[in-house]
Amino acid sequence: MKRLLVGLLLSVLAIPVLAAWDLAQLMDDLARTRGGKARFVETKYIALLDRPVVSSGEMSFTSPDRLEKRTLTPRPETLLLDRDRLTIERGRQKLSIDLTNQPEALAFVDSIRGALTGNRQALEKNYALHLAGSRDNWKLTLLPSEQAIAAIVQRITITGQRNRIRGIEYLQADGDRAVMTIEALSEQ
Amino acid sequence: MTAAARRTFLLWLLAMLAGAAIVWNSRFSADMSFFLPAHPSAEQQVLVDQLREGSVTRLLMLAISGGDAQQRAALSRELRARLADGPELATLRNGDQHSLDADREYLFRHRYLLSPAVTPERFTVDGLRSAIAESIDVLASPAGLLVKRLLPQDPTGELLGLLAGLDAGAQPNSRAGVWASRDGERALLLAQTTALGSDTDGQAAAIDAIREAFAAARAAAGVSGVSGVSGANAVTGFADASLQIAGPGVFAVHARTTIKTEVARLSMISTLGIVAVLFFAYRSLTLISLGLLPVVSGALAGVVAVSLAFGTVFGITVGFGSALIGEAVDYSIYYFVQSERGDAAAWRSRFWPTIRLGVMTSICGFGVLLGSGFPGLAQLGLYSLTGLLTAAAVTRFVLPQLVPANTPQRELGGLGEAFLRLTGRLERLRWPLVLLASAAATLLVVDRDELWNRELSALSTATAEDLATDAALRADAGAPDARLLIVVTAADRELALQAAERAGAQLDGLVTAGVIGGYDTPARFLPSEATQEARRASLPTAAELRQSLPLALADSPLAASKLEPFLRDVEAARTAPTLGPEALRGTSLALAVDTLLLPRPAGWSVLLPVRPPPGEGLRTLDADTLRSALAGSGALFIDMKSELDALYAHYLNEAKLLALAGLAAIVGLLAVALRSPGRVLTVVAPLLLAVLVVTASLHLAGQRLQLLHLIGMLLIVAIGSNYALFFERLGSQLQHEPRAVASLLVACLTTAIGFGTLATSQVPVLQALGITVGPGAVLALFFSACFAASPSPRP
Repeated sequence: MKRLLVGLLLSVLAIPVLAAWDLAQLMDDLARTRGGKARFVETKYIALLDRPVVSSGEMSFTSPDRLEKRTLTPRPETLLLDRDRLTIERGRQKLSIDLTNQPEALAFVDSIRGALTGNRQALEKNYALHLAGSRDNWKLTLLPSEQAIAAIVQRITITGQRNRIRGIEYLQADGDRAVMTIEALSEQ
Repeated sequence: MTAAARRTFLLWLLAMLAGAAIVWNSRFSADMSFFLPAHPSAEQQVLVDQLREGSVTRLLMLAISGGDAQQRAALSRELRARLADGPELATLRNGDQHSLDADREYLFRHRYLLSPAVTPERFTVDGLRSAIAESIDVLASPAGLLVKRLLPQDPTGELLGLLAGLDAGAQPNSRAGVWASRDGERALLLAQTTALGSDTDGQAAAIDAIREAFAAARAAAGVSGVSGVSGANAVTGFADASLQIAGPGVFAVHARTTIKTEVARLSMISTLGIVAVLFFAYRSLTLISLGLLPVVSGALAGVVAVSLAFGTVFGITVGFGSALIGEAVDYSIYYFVQSERGDAAAWRSRFWPTIRLGVMTSICGFGVLLGSGFPGLAQLGLYSLTGLLTAAAVTRFVLPQLVPANTPQRELGGLGEAFLRLTGRLERLRWPLVLLASAAATLLVVDRDELWNRELSALSTATAEDLATDAALRADAGAPDARLLIVVTAADRELALQAAERAGAQLDGLVTAGVIGGYDTPARFLPSEATQEARRASLPTAAELRQSLPLALADSPLAASKLEPFLRDVEAARTAPTLGPEALRGTSLALAVDTLLLPRPAGWSVLLPVRPPPGEGLRTLDADTLRSALAGSGALFIDMKSELDALYAHYLNEAKLLALAGLAAIVGLLAVALRSPGRVLTVVAPLLLAVLVVTASLHLAGQRLQLLHLIGMLLIVAIGSNYALFFERLGSQLQHEPRAVASLLVACLTTAIGFGTLATSQVPVLQALGITVGPGAVLALFFSACFAASPSPRP
C-alpha cells in the first residue's frame, strides 16, 4: 500500500515533468547547438526511377546560417548555404541560386535551418508544427501552410534525440520522397 | 551717320542676319562625341561605335530605396509593368521569376539546336548512357528538384548545360522575389533604353519616363497598400520610397544640363563684368554698345564657321566663346581709348599695324588647333580664329564709321600714367623674374612625371555624386562594365556567327585554363545556320533511338519506357526549322543578341565581352595569352579602358606637338615682322616666363595638368603677344603714350574677366582653360611691362 502510494505520488510528480517537455523545450535544446559535423546517407524514392537513388557524404553546420553539405558518393558535389545564397558545385560547374527566387529550395532550407537553430518563429512562418514522442526520441512534423510551398512539399518529418537530429524525411507533393539519416561526428 | 556709314552698317547687319539664320539651323550637342577621334583606327572605331550605340551606353540602373522589402518589390514589379511595353525602354528587368519564363521556354524548346553538347556521339549507346547517368546523378543531388520534372523530356540534360552557360553566378542578389542590392536595402532594376547612348534627348526622355512611372507607381501603391502591411505603415513606406538612376545616359544628360547652365551662367557673368569695365572706361552707353559690336559679330561668326565646317557645334565650344568675349572686346577698347577725338585715320596709321600683328599671332596660336584629331580642339581653334578675325575686322572697318562725331570720351591717360610710374620701378624686377621663372622651370622638369593627368576621366563632366551612385549600383547589379571585348567581323550575319563560334571554341579553352572567367556570345542563343544544321544532323531518328535507349539504360534505374516525351522532342527537333533572329522575339535573349551582333556599313560585327577570372581584378587578366590564343583568327581584342586612355594620351601628345608648332609659328611670324632677334626676344621672353610661372603655380596648387591646360599655355602666348607687342613697339616712347598703356590695361582686364569666369566652371575642360589663361594674361601684361625698353627721361 505504501509502495503503491509512493508509486502514485511519483507518477503524479512525473506527469508535469513529461508534460513540460514540449515544442518550446525542443527548440531550446536545438538552439543550444552552435554547430557540428555529421555523416549522412540520403535515399531518394523517385517514381520515375525503378530503384531508389542513394547518396552519402558529410554535412556541417555553423550557427546561425551556414550549412555545408558535401556529397561524396556517387558523385562529389558540394552544397553550400550561406545566408540566402545556395551554391552548388559539381566538378567544374558552379551554380549559385538566390533562394528568395526558389520557393521549393527555400522551403527545404527553412525547415532544415529552422530545426538546426531551434528557430520556432522561422519554422512557424511556413509550416504547422506537430511534435510527438519523448525527449530521447522525438518526431517533429512540418506541414506547409503556404500554398506555394505545399505545391511542392507535402510534409517534412524530422526525428531526433535530445538536441540531435537523426533523420529528415522530405515528402514531395508528387509522392516522391527523400529520406536522410544523420549521424553526428562532432559537436560544438 | 554718313551714307558710307549707313551702307557699311547695312552690310554688317545683313551678314549678321545670315549668320543668325545659320546658327538657328545648327545642331548643338553636349555628348561624348566631343572627345571621340575624327579619324579612328580599327580599335578606336569599335570604341566609338560602343560609346555611340553600344549596349553598355544604353544601360540604366535603377534602385528603389525606402519602405520594406515587400514594398520595394511591389514597386519594382509595378514599375516594370508600367514601363515594359513603353517606347522608351527596350527591356526592363527586375529579376522577377516570371519575367524569365519566356527565356527559359525558348532555351528548352530549341535545346537540341542550341546545346553545344549535341554531337553524333551524344546519341550513340555509350553517349546516351553517360549523359543519362549524369542526369540521374543530378536528380539525386540537391539540384534534383529543379530537373526532375524535365527528365522524361530532357534525359540528356541539355537545358541544364545551357543554363550553366548563362553564368548564373553573376546574378544580383534577391529580396522578396526581385533583384536587390547586396545589403538587400534597395530593389534593383536594369533597363536598356531604345535610344542610342549618343542620343542625349532619347536618354533624357527615357529617364523622365522612368521617373514619371515611378511617381505614378508609388502613388498607386500608396493608395492601395500591400496585403499584410497595415495601411498607415504601407502609405508611409511608399511615401518614403525613392528612386536612384545611374548609367551612361544619366551622365550624358547631366553633362548636357551642366554645360547648358554653365554656358549661360559664364556668358552672363563675363558679359556683366566686361560691361562694367567698359562703363568705367567709357562712361557712355553709345560707346559700350558699339564696343560690344565686334564681340557679338565675332561670337556669331565663330559659331557659323564651326557649324558650316563640322555640322555639329559642341556645347563646350560655345562655352569657350564666353571667354573669348573678353579677348574680342580688346580691339574696340584699343580703338576707343587710343584714338584721340575719334581720329580714325591717325589711329590706323599709329596703332593698327601693331594690332594687326597681334591678331596674326593670336591666329597662329589658334590656327594650329585646326590640325588636331581631337574634334573638340579643332572646333575651339576654328571658333577662336574666326571670332577674333571678325572682331578685328569689324573694329577696323565698321566701328570707326559708326562712332558719332561728337561722342564725349573719357580721358584714361591718368590711369596709364599711374601704371607707368609703377613700371619705371618694375624694370628692376627683370632679373628676379628670370630667376623665378628658372625656379619654375626647374620644378617642372624635376616633377615632370607627376605633372600630367593621363586618364580621359580628367575631361569628364560627371560629378562625384553621380560617379559614386554609378559605382554602387554597378557593383550591386553585377552589371558588366564590358571593358574587355573581342570583336570579329565578317561579310554577312551567318559568316559572322560562324566566326564567333570559332572564337568561342578558343575562348572555351581559355575558360578551362582559367585565363578568363567567361564570355558572352550571341551564338549561344542564335547559333550559325551551319552549326544548327550540324546539330540537327546529329539527332537520331525515333526508330534509332528506340533501339539504342534500352541498351543505354540496361543497368539504369530509369526505364526506357518513361522516355517517350524524349523521343517525341528529338523527332520534333529533327524537323524543326532553322532558328533566325525572329525566333527570339519576346525574350530578353533577343536583346542580348541584338547588342552583340551588329550590322555594319560593310558586313557584320560580333562582340564577345570577356569576363576576368572570378575574384580577380582586371589587372590579373592575361591579355597576352588571350591575344596569342586569338592570333590568326582575325578576332580583335580590345580593352576599352586602356583604349580610351591611349586615345587621350594620343590627344595629349598631339596637343604638345601642336602647342610647340603654334609657338614656332608665332616666333616665326614675329621674326618676319620685327626683323630683329632682339625685338623678338623682348616680345617672346615675358610670355614664356608667364607660361612657366602659371604652369608651376598650377602644379604647386595640386592641379594635375590635362589637355586643356596645355592649350591654355598656347593661348597665353597667343593672347599675351598683343600686350608684349605694344610694349615692345612703344618701347622708349612708352612715357608719352599713357592712353595706349591705359587701353592695354583695360583690354587685359576684360580678357582676365572672360577667362577668369571660365576658371569657376564645373566643366573640367572649361575650368582648366580659364585657370591657365586668366592669370596667364595678367602675368603676360605685367612681365611685358617689366621687359619693355627702358623709358627715356622726359624731355
